[in-house]
Amino acid sequence: MMIVFFDTGKAAEHAAEATEHAVEAAQHTSSGMPQLDISTFPSQIFWLAIAFGLLYLALDRFLIPRIGGAIEERKDRIADDLDMAARKKAEADEAIIVYEKSLAEARSKASVIAAENRAILDAQLSEESAAQEAELDKSASKAEAKIAKARAEAMQHVEKIAVDVAGELVAILGGIKADPRKLEKALETVRAGSAAP
Amino acid sequence: MGRTFEGNGLVDPLHQFNIERYGEFHLFGMDLSFTNSSFFALLAVALVVAFLAFGSRKRALVPGRMQSLTELFYEFVAQMVRSTMGQEGFRFFPLIFSLFAFVLTSNLLGMFPYFFTVTSHIAVTGALALMVISVVLIYGFSRHGLKFFKLFAPSGLPIPLYFVIVPIEIISFLARPFSLSIRLFANMMAGHALMKVFASFVIMLGGAGAFSVLAILPFLTNTAVVGLEFLIAFLQAYVFALLSCIYLSDVSGEHIGH
Repeated sequence: MMIVFFDTGKAAEHAAEATEHAVEAAQHTSSGMPQLDISTFPSQIFWLAIAFGLLYLALDRFLIPRIGGAIEERKDRIADDLDMAARKKAEADEAIIVYEKSLAEARSKASVIAAENRAILDAQLSEESAAQEAELDKSASKAEAKIAKARAEAMQHVEKIAVDVAGELVAILGGIKADPRKLEKALETVRAGSAAP
Repeated sequence: MGRTFEGNGLVDPLHQFNIERYGEFHLFGMDLSFTNSSFFALLAVALVVAFLAFGSRKRALVPGRMQSLTELFYEFVAQMVRSTMGQEGFRFFPLIFSLFAFVLTSNLLGMFPYFFTVTSHIAVTGALALMVISVVLIYGFSRHGLKFFKLFAPSGLPIPLYFVIVPIEIISFLARPFSLSIRLFANMMAGHALMKVFASFVIMLGGAGAFSVLAILPFLTNTAVVGLEFLIAFLQAYVFALLSCIYLSDVSGEHIGH
């Protein structure tokens, strides 16, 4: 094992000393770097060639095709799937176009039908309302005729009543029985006088 | 393996890089013995293959945890190759994948105490770098013939500039195998030696009686260094693979016009 004396008590100094010794020892014991010992070169290169050759063969013939194949397969599969997706999308787009076309057609057809129906309904409606108006007019004129007749009748009654009332008044006031024909005439003149101011 | 204590009780930080023979093996007069380096190189390969084979065993459409991990690893390297070389360079994908997986696993295996770091030896990193440069040269010449040399003389420059550019390009091309191999080996070796040096400080100060309290300082430093080394283990593997990609892309056609 190591023997280190501590005369000065300074470890760093000893460490430095020890390093010097180590370097010296290395120089003394080994005749330089083992890397420069040419006698080992043939063996190193020979076995390196064998090892590297084996590695190259294993990689070239067996491992690279296997790993690369798996990666290629995956890439192909993904590309296939993407293709399929693109195709499906194109199909879907086409279907949407067809659908939208038929939708527009149906919409225009529906508006045509609606317009036709509206025209038919309008015609029916105006026809009906005209008929009803005519009927109403008819009944209104009938009623007017009735009213006029009733009024004429009433007027005749009124004249007769007026003559009677006048007769009665003359009888009460004058104490004589007035000739109805004279009364009628008198009333006629009164009406004419009031009518013609 | 591990540390050795010398006469003065000190640790040799370079001892961990020693090549130890497990089995003698000679061929054509060369010493091709099975060593700790051979063992850990094969172990790294076995781990990579086991990990990738286990993770990809199901090939599920929706990956599980392990499969995600292997696919992440795969895509990481694939992205690196694609971004530097494009689709044309994908033929080099197995090579880059092998390089990245091997260097990364070797670097990370070296983080275990008492484990040998295969990539801490210039022989290994140099061989890998030379292999990459050889592939660059072979591919470059087979694809462009003698027009490969246009790599050193990019077209569309004023004539006097060529006297400067061409030597610079040639030198930088020749420096590639060196920078590629030395970067990896030096990073691995320096990091591991540093960890060992700080660890030996901990032991030395720990035995220093009243001052053993100070051992906490190199201990904390070493903890940080271990974290840094994990980062470097990944980063150097990434850099090695990425630079290989870039060197290959230089000769893959876009840079050398016809």
